[in-house]
Amino acid sequence: MKSLEDLKKMREAALKKVEMREGGKDYRVVVGMATCGIAAGARPVLNKLVEETANHDYNCVVTQTGCIGMCVYEPIVEVYEKNGAHTTYVHVNPDKAARILAEHVGQGHIVEEYTVDAAKKAQEA
Amino acid sequence: MMLDIAMHILELLMNSIQAMAKVITVRITESEKDDLITIEESDDGKGMSKELLERVTDPFTTTRTTRKVGLGVAFMKGMTEQCGGIFDIRSTEGVGTWIKATAQRSNIDTPDMGDLGEMMMAAIQANENIDYIFEYITDTNSFVFKSSEIREQLAGVSLLEPEVLIWIKEYINQGIKQAKEDLK
Ligand SMILES: Nc1ncnc2c1ncn2[C@@H]1O[C@H](COP(=O)(O)OP(=O)(O)OP(=O)(O)O)[C@@H](O)[C@H]1O
Ligand SMILES: [Mg+2]
Repeated sequence: MKSLEDLKKMREAALKKVEMREGGKDYRVVVGMATCGIAAGARPVLNKLVEETANHDYNCVVTQTGCIGMCVYEPIVEVYEKNGAHTTYVHVNPDKAARILAEHVGQGHIVEEYTVDAAKKAQEA
Repeated sequence: MMLDIAMHILELLMNSIQAMAKVITVRITESEKDDLITIEESDDGKGMSKELLERVTDPFTTTRTTRKVGLGVAFMKGMTEQCGGIFDIRSTEGVGTWIKATAQRSNIDTPDMGDLGEMMMAAIQANENIDYIFEYITDTNSFVFKSSEIREQLAGVSLLEPEVLIWIKEYINQGIKQAKEDLK
């Protein structure tokens, strides 16, 4: 049973984590959540990103944005690095989302096959 | 395209968030006695002009620029009308917006309720500073969630901590399940 009491413990744990980690997170993971995105399945993707980040304590914050203007590619997830570089992943589903976190945020390797560039190349071919 | 009810409501929540609301209330009433699902969503955001309000239930209305069609409100209206329900929207510029939608519980076209906890999690995740009030009411029970109470308990720690978001989702779904025990 969950009760409001649980929040006290979570608060303490969160404060401890902040102390250990100076200077914010290394990655920002952004999900497009406009109608096109929600209908296209962004909601389970957001859910997965939040869950995996909690379970593995990935060094990222997960945030949302409105329409990215590329509805045909939804659901879209963008990963921003501290130096400003960003990667756009398209047609993301919960499984792909988990892999993006594990490889890109966890290990610093872009998952090339899920990027918008890969999708565009596949279309041209 | 078939959306569950939670996704329809999430669209309304996103509109309220975009309208700069400070307080957003969602009330879902599931009545076995009346064979009815009633959804009320209201905000104290910027509201709509008479002209926009008249057009807003038309799928070709949107004030966004990246895409031509706005779908949130029109979709929900279409859904309720298909499910033997009614749709009502009222809005005043500078005051806020109020939407009420109903659907017959037993209607074969009425979509599943979907994951309401996840819906609230997504809204809070979109803007944690808004005060969300979520109510789920059955013929004999009710469950109320207020994000301001959570914020108070966390005293300075963000609602966006992933552990907190997941807790909120599960806490809401647990509350609904308990309130639902009298529903079949
Ligand atoms: N709660 C609200 N408060 C103020 N304005 C609103 C509200 N809900 C809708 N509107 C107005 O009605 C328009 C249509 O809303 P709708 O959800 O149908 O489409 P959209 O939000 O523009 O696009 P989409 O939902 O597809 O991303 C919005 O652009 C906005 O101007
Ligand atoms: Mg909308």
